[in-house]
Amino acid sequence: MSEALDSKAIEELRQIAGRYPQARSGLLPMLHLVQSVQGRITPEGIETCAEILGISAAEVSGVATFYTMYKRRPVGDYHVGVCTNTLCAVMGGDAIFERLKDHLGVGNDEVADERAGDKATVSLEHVECNAACDFAPVVMVNWEFMDNQTPESATQLVDDLRAGTPVQSTRGPRLCTWREAERVLAGFEDGLADEGPAAGPASLVGLEIAREQGWTAPATAPGKGE
Amino acid sequence: MVSTSSTDGGAAPSTLTPVLTDNWDAERSWTLAAYEAGGGYAALRKALSTLQPDEIITMVKDSGLRGRGGAGFPTGMKWSFIPQDNPNPKYLVVNADESEPGTCKDIPLMMASPHTLVEGVILSSYAIRANHAFIYVRGEVLHVVRRLRAAVREAYDAGHLGKDIHGSGYDLDLVIHAGAGAYICGEETALLDSLEGRRGQPRLRPPFPAVAGLYASPTVINNVESISSVPSIVANGADWFASMGTEKSKGYVIYSLSGHVKRPGQYEAPLGITLRELLDLGGGMRDGHELKFWTPGGSSTPLLTPEHLDMPLDYESVGAAGSMLGTRALQIFDETTCVVRAVLRWLEFYKHESCGKCTPCREGTWWLVQNLAKLEKGEFRRDEGEQILDLLLDQCDNILGRAFCALGDGATSPVTSSVQYFRDEYLAHLDGGGCPFDPAASTAWAVREGVKQ
Ligand SMILES: Cc1cc2nc3c(=O)[nH]c(=O)nc-3n(C[C@H](O)[C@H](O)[C@H](O)COP(=O)(O)O)c2cc1C
Ligand code: SF4
Ligand code: FES
Repeated sequence: MSEALDSKAIEELRQIAGRYPQARSGLLPMLHLVQSVQGRITPEGIETCAEILGISAAEVSGVATFYTMYKRRPVGDYHVGVCTNTLCAVMGGDAIFERLKDHLGVGNDEVADERAGDKATVSLEHVECNAACDFAPVVMVNWEFMDNQTPESATQLVDDLRAGTPVQSTRGPRLCTWREAERVLAGFEDGLADEGPAAGPASLVGLEIAREQGWTAPATAPGKGE
Repeated sequence: MVSTSSTDGGAAPSTLTPVLTDNWDAERSWTLAAYEAGGGYAALRKALSTLQPDEIITMVKDSGLRGRGGAGFPTGMKWSFIPQDNPNPKYLVVNADESEPGTCKDIPLMMASPHTLVEGVILSSYAIRANHAFIYVRGEVLHVVRRLRAAVREAYDAGHLGKDIHGSGYDLDLVIHAGAGAYICGEETALLDSLEGRRGQPRLRPPFPAVAGLYASPTVINNVESISSVPSIVANGADWFASMGTEKSKGYVIYSLSGHVKRPGQYEAPLGITLRELLDLGGGMRDGHELKFWTPGGSSTPLLTPEHLDMPLDYESVGAAGSMLGTRALQIFDETTCVVRAVLRWLEFYKHESCGKCTPCREGTWWLVQNLAKLEKGEFRRDEGEQILDLLLDQCDNILGRAFCALGDGATSPVTSSVQYFRDEYLAHLDGGGCPFDPAASTAWAVREGVKQ
């Protein structure tokens, strides 16, 4: 089911290790690259990383199982994470997660069945605070922000993803696939940095008030700091 | 409105003081061109041509800048602990793991203005004489990773990074490193283990990272906001920075407001502003509702109540009130919110994120979740209630001060503070039928849809 790690992938794994003063520091991004090529952490991926770094497969496996972003089982083309940490949960994250489980017919960390006519698969997980509490309740898709969701917007979102309708992150580009996202996390640019806004509306609230009121930081006193 | 900053000129001081957030509304603010058009990298050019590394350390010390990642340790002092006679390379590591529940300031900063951080990294690395720096960013923020990488590429192309920066003879390489999902990797020594390609588990201290950090070499670890504050200090001077804030808590910071307020978002102000002032700026609580409880700086900082509305949000005042300023993650909950539900959810988070290295935290968070969950569902008898609350506090006692790192201590904060302020609400869960609250009334869409409140 998963592609083998070809010579290009192995070359790129070496390249990642080469970015660091000590090669082993590359292990986390290397595992992200394994996921982008193979769709999950495979025994082959573990062996290959171990070989490149000169450590045991058991050591690599111990690292891979420690971090929640590394998946033993495949996820969907679009991995949907609903924040259910307290702030988002209270603001509606719990209701969104319940609705999506029901709508997709899955439990936590499962892939929804691919139906006839679906263009892409979707998996569902609840996630911890994603540093976007001022946009609560927050849903992540392949680690892009989908801010200020409701149960209705979230079901529409997964329907669109399955139907292959393009979806834009509220603070980023058009959503790419999970594997493409993992490649960016491994350190390979995808040319999308300039997409999306500088900041979402909530990020700018204080700045807007300051502009309206004419408030600024103090001017530098003459002669100081020069 | 009460002013908290002092100025030389006598004009009415500003309540909000955008510095780090000031360029977030600029066209394509994340690009090098936009950042330089706003005066960016001028501090770097000035420093490399006119300032010795030690002079920058002195400036940062004199400014009074304290760490913005939670603990509030003086940044300049931390830098001066780096033993310059140590023959090993020195490293700067930026903590961009931002995972403390409620905390949401570093991510928008890096999204809107990654060059502010990159310029801060170069100045700070120069000051501590590091030739290699890392930004450890949590993996779950794809677009931020893109913007950071693009900024670093642009900075290399412009000669701000690499060999012999602007002819100064100073070399610096900067690597963007994406994590893989683990709150504990925000703890600085766990972060170092993670950056070395290991499981992220805290290290025994001493030795401290300043002496034996990354690759057992002298290492400074600072929060994104701390490092991003450095360019403004170098550009405007230590006195300018110290003219904002209070006697002991100097400078500006980002306050992050979330929850049941009219205008959640980022507010940059001098240290010492109050929650009442911040709420007033944004139009207060959502219509028809009142403040019930809040965190001053993330879920690891003890809860506060409306009685603390006029407490200055600086390190000393929040500490005196029995909590901590932390990350200034102001999570605001109104009277529709069940405090037991909120606390249980946080404890489930700590249990899940406990790295398992020490028993008090690994076992203690498990027990707390067991008991809180039973309590929430009303599965204890009413006449056991007081005993169960005492048991919860006992279990917290067994973690606090006995855990290997601050994650365990932090896990006890929501429990002890909520039992202190909301004893009766806990007991009300045992009056029959479990939680007396309707979760639908707390949602963001409750007001819109007129759910019974
Ligand atoms: C469990 C835990 C999580 C933490 N998470 C973060 C984090 O995400 N970002 C951060 O800057 N500091 C975090 N810290 C604090 C760091 O250990 C460290 O104090 C900080 O990065 C130092 O930087 P500063 O002095 O600039 O604040 C965390 C601490 C603990 C115990
Ligand atoms: S307190 Fe918790 S997170 Fe910290 S070392 Fe112990 S088990 Fe790990
Ligand atoms: S609690 Fe959901 S993003 Fe912070």
